[in-house]
Amino acid sequence: MSYLEYAVKTAPTGFRKIFHLNWAVALLLASVAGVGFLMLYSVAGGSFSPWAEPQMKRFAVGFVMMIMVAMVPIWFWRSLSGLAYLGTLVLLVAVELFGTVGMGAQRWIDLGFMRLQPSELMKITLVMFLAAYYDWLPARRISHPFWVLLPVILILIPVFLVLRQPDLGTSILLLAAGGGLMFLAGVHWAYFGAVIASGIGLVTAVFQSRGTSWQLLKDYQYRRIDTFLDPSSDPLGAGYHITQSKIALGSGGWTGRGFMQGTQSRLNFLPEKHTDFIFTTLAEEFGFVGGLSLLALYALIIVFCVWSALTNKDRFSSLLTLGIALNFFLFFAVNMSMVMGLAPVVGVPLPLVSFGGSAMLVLLLAFGLMQSAHVHRPR
Amino acid sequence: MKRTRAETDDTHRKLSRRAALLGGAQLAFVGGLAARMQFLQVDQADQFRLLAEENRINIRLIPPSRGEVFDRNGLSLARNAPSYRIVIVREDAGDVDAVLERLSQIIKLDAETITRVKEEMRRSAPFLPVTIASDVTWDDISRVSVNAPALPGVTPEVGLSRIYPQGSDFAHVLGYVGPVSDYDLSKIEDPEPVLMIPRFQIGKVGVETKLEPLLRGKAGAKRVEVNATGRVMRELDRREGIPGSDLQLTIDAKLQGYVQARLDGESASAVVMDCESGDLVACSSAPTFDPNLFVRGISSRDYGELTANKYRPLASKTVQGVYPPGSTFKMITAMAGLEAGLIGPDDTAYCPGHLEVSGRRFHCWKRAGHGWVDLETSLKRSCDVYYYDLAVKVGIERISDMARKFGLGIKHDVPMSAVAKGLAPDMEWKAQTYGQSWRVGDTVNVSIGQGFMLASPMQLAVMTARIATGRAVEPRLIKSVDGVEEPLKGGEPLGINDNNLRKMRKAMFEVVNDRRGTAYGSRIIEEEMRMAGKTGTSQVRNITAAERRAGVIRNEDLPWERRDHALFVNFAPYDKPKYAVAVIVEHGGGGSKAAAPIARDITLQALYGGPPPVEAYPAKDRERITEQQERLRDAQPLVSVPGQDQA
Repeated sequence: MSYLEYAVKTAPTGFRKIFHLNWAVALLLASVAGVGFLMLYSVAGGSFSPWAEPQMKRFAVGFVMMIMVAMVPIWFWRSLSGLAYLGTLVLLVAVELFGTVGMGAQRWIDLGFMRLQPSELMKITLVMFLAAYYDWLPARRISHPFWVLLPVILILIPVFLVLRQPDLGTSILLLAAGGGLMFLAGVHWAYFGAVIASGIGLVTAVFQSRGTSWQLLKDYQYRRIDTFLDPSSDPLGAGYHITQSKIALGSGGWTGRGFMQGTQSRLNFLPEKHTDFIFTTLAEEFGFVGGLSLLALYALIIVFCVWSALTNKDRFSSLLTLGIALNFFLFFAVNMSMVMGLAPVVGVPLPLVSFGGSAMLVLLLAFGLMQSAHVHRPR
Repeated sequence: MKRTRAETDDTHRKLSRRAALLGGAQLAFVGGLAARMQFLQVDQADQFRLLAEENRINIRLIPPSRGEVFDRNGLSLARNAPSYRIVIVREDAGDVDAVLERLSQIIKLDAETITRVKEEMRRSAPFLPVTIASDVTWDDISRVSVNAPALPGVTPEVGLSRIYPQGSDFAHVLGYVGPVSDYDLSKIEDPEPVLMIPRFQIGKVGVETKLEPLLRGKAGAKRVEVNATGRVMRELDRREGIPGSDLQLTIDAKLQGYVQARLDGESASAVVMDCESGDLVACSSAPTFDPNLFVRGISSRDYGELTANKYRPLASKTVQGVYPPGSTFKMITAMAGLEAGLIGPDDTAYCPGHLEVSGRRFHCWKRAGHGWVDLETSLKRSCDVYYYDLAVKVGIERISDMARKFGLGIKHDVPMSAVAKGLAPDMEWKAQTYGQSWRVGDTVNVSIGQGFMLASPMQLAVMTARIATGRAVEPRLIKSVDGVEEPLKGGEPLGINDNNLRKMRKAMFEVVNDRRGTAYGSRIIEEEMRMAGKTGTSQVRNITAAERRAGVIRNEDLPWERRDHALFVNFAPYDKPKYAVAVIVEHGGGGSKAAAPIARDITLQALYGGPPPVEAYPAKDRERITEQQERLRDAQPLVSVPGQDQA
């Protein structure tokens, strides 16, 4: 009898599990989502439609789903991780073949009741599968070149599929999440050094390929990078997003202009005000205090997740929780860097706040797994 | 898989280390984000807030309403009337083609308009109105309003447009307004923003342009909040503009209308001036035109007709036209002689019909000559030789000085377009202009108002008023601005000997009222109203010696443009001068025949403030005058009201 199987015997059963959820994380998630509802209500000009109401419904569904996932023992999910990874991979290929083209990219499969974005799902299933892989892999083999190459391939296959859609933002997030998990699992430092070095090489190659026949990125992606490097060069064109969002942030000041008083978002100067750039509305209307509060909520979620992982003696649970936390971190870190003019506009939503069903459901699903790991931790 | 406890603990420690490391890195990044947020939102807040305000606030101008113009009795001469347009908003119209199709069944729309509207809509933002038709009739507006449910996006709009209720009567005095053109803008240094409003009307000619700064007013402004595409979301505040000042002219619209009607058919002009105040009571130039046509953009056909007309309807002949004053100038020459003490009123000269001056023979209009004439007779019978003789004695400098003293050859400050200075020539002027020295022959020509001498009808009216009053009367066109009376200018005594003035007035009285006077036919019978005046006939060509030998050709036998100008100046009543009148009929022939009757009619009309009783006229004229009054009573100015003549 393994240690795990032994320890689980003291774990709670049935509906008593509810009391053993990581309620801190759950409440923090609900608070962040609440901020989201408030902002969606505001950008719609003080109306629940068209954004706040569906977002609330979806959050409710997602929250219930999270609890349901949390009720199921973590080892059941672990046993499914390989299948989940493969399934998502199939979906990614399916997007490539039958996907709906939106905003210049193939990202969705229309399932009728919702539009599924397999790349979102992949962020979770990749982390799951890698966690299971490192749980299974004996410690002494972790840094063995063959056992390192295997997860690298597992990461790169979805990364390239997503890149082909093309969705630069998500593919970078996948790469970062996969790499982060390998780092957490204890892969030797030297590998990361090598990857970072070759990463620099890749960036060079991307820039070198510009304008040639083997151009690696699409023109719009190059333009986004250009305007990121110098937004003032084209204030009404490509740099418009960044310039206007900085104006919105800056005009918020210490305490903001007040709820529903933000002129930048109200008057449509802000692009994508209900999705990727929703943080600018928050920062404009509630100022530095409001922005910092949301940032603190996010940071607290990370802290509680990491704490949960550190106190969980099950390796899969630990890795999965950390991976999900890392994913979550990457989400908001990239989005906020983007609206603050620190990163190129890559199209990453602000988790739980931006309007969007697929991303939110997947995120709550992931936190369901994290909760399951927390509930079913060995005691 | 089996795992040892030690192995598990070891990997767990490693995991914890790295988890702490990564977690720490994440928190550090969050700290970085917070710092960035602080930089943008606290340190640079002021700068960004300013940028946000600039983004959102747009300033829209509110055009001021243009000042109105009234005549001296308060009758409206220029006002702002609503003008109706039909506009369409693409975003509200939905199916533009269908809407336009339906609209074209209700009002008249040609294919060209429809193409233009579609093109404009394609180019502009969907929420901006595009004008389908402007200056449409009230009927069309009602039809569109009634059918509104079938015409989504189509709305009637009302704006203000200039309208001249007295139409052609005031075309030359008031001028007209029109939309600002690029040419107008190029002439103005640092134009006011209000001028950039499309189709904003500014004065183009006449009082409208000369007093543009008064009439225009100051534009108001409203601050509006706009969104990223420029659509107005709401009005934040507005500052009302200052409407233009209302003007009151010295002109009496009723008299002006009469004068205009009386001059109709001739190429002529007439000025009626109040002797005391200098008020221009009438100032008419014929033929005239309807200024309302210009406001809306005159058709090239109409414009072509106006420019092709040899009577030059567009010219403002009262102030712009300069003519040799002919014999009407003789008062000046005589006054120069009297004031210099070179002649007495009773000194006589002999007129044999001509005078030799430095080898050149100057003819009197009467070939047989007038015999012995004194001042009064010379003026009464308009003997030329008397003045030739006088001119040689007096010299040009005294004559031109006297001319300027009486308001000739100087520019009077009247806010009309192209006010001419005329010319009172002297030696210096000739030397500068022609580089030649003055000759006695030039003086002889000037003495009877020919040669270099040029004056406008308004100047002749000023001259007459100054003779009548002995004071330096200045013409005044603007009676009041916003109800505040404009001060009178001039009026100080001319410094002319009263006896000489009286003599001159008496001589002018004789011109009209003596049986042998040149204007006896145009006398006024009514004792109280009798007038004094002087005829003038100014040549527009030289009479060659050959022609003279063959006998002077009668004016009626010449082509129109070679006939003499007919002039007449007068003041009345003789005992207590009230009005000074100057009439010029271009190529009208003799002053006594063509100009004096007109001047008499105008004078009586002015003195009676309406049609005079026929008893004021000599008995033999009464029948004809009655007929004429009948005819002129119903004369109406040309006024085309927008919308009434819509094609």
